[in-house]
Amino acid sequence: MNEDPLLQTEIEPERYELREPSLHHFHLVRRDFFRLLGAGLLVACVLKETSAFQESGARARQNGESLPKEIGAWLHIGENGVVTVYTGKAEMGQNIRTSLTQAVAEELRFPADRIEMVMGDTQLTPFDMGTFGSRTTPTMNPQLCKVAATARNTLVALAAKQWNRDAKDLFASDGKIMERANLHKRGARVIGYAALVKGQQLTQTISGEDPLIPATDWKVAGAALPKINGRDFVTGRHRYPSDQKLPGMLHGKILRPPSFGATLVSVEPPPVQLMKDVTFVHDGDFVGVAAPDQQTASRALAAVRAEWKEQPNISNKELFDFLKKNSSMDGSKPQIVGSVEQGMATAHYRLDQTYTVNYIAHAPLEPRAALAQWSGDNLTVWTGTQRPFGVRSQLAEAFKISEDRVRVVMPDTGSGYGGKHTGEAAIEAARLARTANAPVKLIWTREEEFTWAYFRPAGVMEISAGLRDDGTIAAWEFHNYNSGSAGIQTFYDIPNQRLQFHEVDSPLRQGSYRALASTANHFGRESFMDELAHQLHVDPLQFRLKNLTNERLRAVFTAAARKFNWGAAKTMRGQGFGIAGGYEKLGNVATCVEVRVDPASRDVRIARIVTAFECGAIVNPEGLKNQVEGANIMGIGGALFESIQFENGRILNPKFSRYRVPRFSDIPPIETVLLDRKDLPSAGAGECPIVGLAPAIGNAIFDATGVRLRSLPMVPGGMKSA
Amino acid sequence: MARITELEINGKKYPIDAEEQASLLFVLRDQLDLTGSKYGCGEGQCGACTVLLDGSPRRSCITSVGAAATKKITTIEGLEKNGRLHPLQEAFLAEEAMQCAYCTSGMIMSAAGLLKSNPKPTEAEIFEYMQGNICRCGTHHRIVAAILRASKAGKEAAL
Repeated sequence: MNEDPLLQTEIEPERYELREPSLHHFHLVRRDFFRLLGAGLLVACVLKETSAFQESGARARQNGESLPKEIGAWLHIGENGVVTVYTGKAEMGQNIRTSLTQAVAEELRFPADRIEMVMGDTQLTPFDMGTFGSRTTPTMNPQLCKVAATARNTLVALAAKQWNRDAKDLFASDGKIMERANLHKRGARVIGYAALVKGQQLTQTISGEDPLIPATDWKVAGAALPKINGRDFVTGRHRYPSDQKLPGMLHGKILRPPSFGATLVSVEPPPVQLMKDVTFVHDGDFVGVAAPDQQTASRALAAVRAEWKEQPNISNKELFDFLKKNSSMDGSKPQIVGSVEQGMATAHYRLDQTYTVNYIAHAPLEPRAALAQWSGDNLTVWTGTQRPFGVRSQLAEAFKISEDRVRVVMPDTGSGYGGKHTGEAAIEAARLARTANAPVKLIWTREEEFTWAYFRPAGVMEISAGLRDDGTIAAWEFHNYNSGSAGIQTFYDIPNQRLQFHEVDSPLRQGSYRALASTANHFGRESFMDELAHQLHVDPLQFRLKNLTNERLRAVFTAAARKFNWGAAKTMRGQGFGIAGGYEKLGNVATCVEVRVDPASRDVRIARIVTAFECGAIVNPEGLKNQVEGANIMGIGGALFESIQFENGRILNPKFSRYRVPRFSDIPPIETVLLDRKDLPSAGAGECPIVGLAPAIGNAIFDATGVRLRSLPMVPGGMKSA
Repeated sequence: MARITELEINGKKYPIDAEEQASLLFVLRDQLDLTGSKYGCGEGQCGACTVLLDGSPRRSCITSVGAAATKKITTIEGLEKNGRLHPLQEAFLAEEAMQCAYCTSGMIMSAAGLLKSNPKPTEAEIFEYMQGNICRCGTHHRIVAAILRASKAGKEAAL
């Protein structure tokens, strides 16, 4: 058993991710299943131990025909030799279609390229809360491993019975069950999986608690497998949600209010000469059109006359004051260890500092898109979302129909980063389709995506610490206003702590984001740790290690520093080195950054990033490196220049020409050190690697210039404006 | 208003019916079902819609059908020949140069334009040339590696 205290800790539930309360129960009847898929072997994983995320109120089976409700995943081996795996998880670039296929291939002893993975389809796959929180690898991966291992053992048992052999004399390999060759002089018997399940309707259910296959015994898993359907992507053949099409389909456009919170006073449809083939919908504050082509739809929309009543809104100039003034000062229940007051009394130095982060946008390259089709009272929507089942609930609620009349299908989508939890486009397309009596596709414009989606929360962090002159931290107080509580805990050994999150009614719509509040809280904590080290005139790495006993974190800090050659002398003017690290979603990361600040122009350039990352046993090292690099590159934007500018309910920079995201010229060499802990369960990697970057950059800028930047983004216009 | 009735795409003539100011991207996607070119911004800033006009990369979202009608248009769908992938497509697969891959078609088309004008680019030249293409997943290094790899595949990498 693992004794790592961090591993035992419940993952901090992310408030913005858990906003939606509704959960559903799957109830496909066994005979329906075989009717759908044909005869064969079906193995389902039943989640006995319901976690906070999957709790769905355990219910007894109503009769022998129904499958249990709390199913995590299932697998079907057909008599045609096709293996189909069903999971409610969604693919949007994290490559879980590949890593999950890989896990099944390994356990089933079956070629990966002959496994079909059905994902994120509310009619076909088991219920899933959503794809977020780096939970696919730690939860779905082991479930599918167990399901596949059970299928393999069932097949071995079938063959043993057929041949009247002991199961231990047989083994599975490459989609076949074989006798060990030394049993017969004339060679071993062999039978394929398809032949074994022919004409059968076999069901197996297993508990989610069965023991795992140790990572040290993985075969396919652990080695790199290329993106499973990569050819469809390089040829442009893959159909993203925005590429979906149906016969007779119309294109939708929505009339947006001029500012946040505006309400519709009156509206007039387009003049009759522009209404040929156009459907106009006005329902409450919802106004939209649908037409056979986008140009006709756009023209009709532009001719709609609407009067809105606007309300006053704040601007980002006053944002941080607003967040402080409008927070619940009592906040959530503080987390208290020891006594901060007593700790401060024994300290030799005290430091207080405030850090801030601005709202930023996810800006997934594929904007929200949906294609909706009604058939009587039944609705099918193809859309890009991280929560297909959540969007199903939203649709059912919006149209006052039961959830079993709504099907949400999620084709592999053009990224999310926590920005596609909701179903705005799905609801809008479905509303238009209802009146038009035809399928309607709606693709949000980039401007709509930048304005009407939701943002990563802005926040204010106030930190105080008391230091002793032996280099230890005697007291630590940390307050976060608005951005969230994820990652608010310090992993340093501090005997006296008070940590508190203060909720604010955010002036802008906000929600999940890659690692969410953890990025803000790490920025505050790890920048502040650097300030404390400088106060004591000690090396920032040594200061951290002195106050850190957690072995996994020490390992990544040490690994990153070694690879970076931490402690080496500077070789040029304007050069600076920074280090920061942390822990999020069962992963551990340390990041070293070298910056160059041009002495004349004061432009900041990141010269080099070294990241050491450890998330348990590695499933797919190439995929993991991709995630670590991707998190770092995405993090550059929020650290240096991304910021939503708003004034009086309007977004001032809702375009890529005005909202700067990282481009090729911003990308430094990135070296990734992966620590493979085969003795620990695999954790997800989509989020954690981002948290160390911003503070490491800020610390490096301080090292280069002596200027401490305490607000993200740090250099929206270069150091000049900082 | 003049209407455009035909486009030459990937060596084939396609009948269309569009006003000459209509965006090439929407005609490709909606009228011809060539959905490999993607909408990402509509202002020529992200490069997801990149196609070649007479071999030069253009942002199809801000290119009018009228301007494209006199040119030979190449889209991502035209790179694969008789089931054989273009060296850039092979290289993107070999280098795993994609995550969500929504930017991939545009990246490949821009790179095809680069290799046509500069068959043996340096790494620094690739970084500079690709500045107009956005990848949000952060796959930049692998994309550069893929373009370098394709450039070593010889002259067939250029269109």
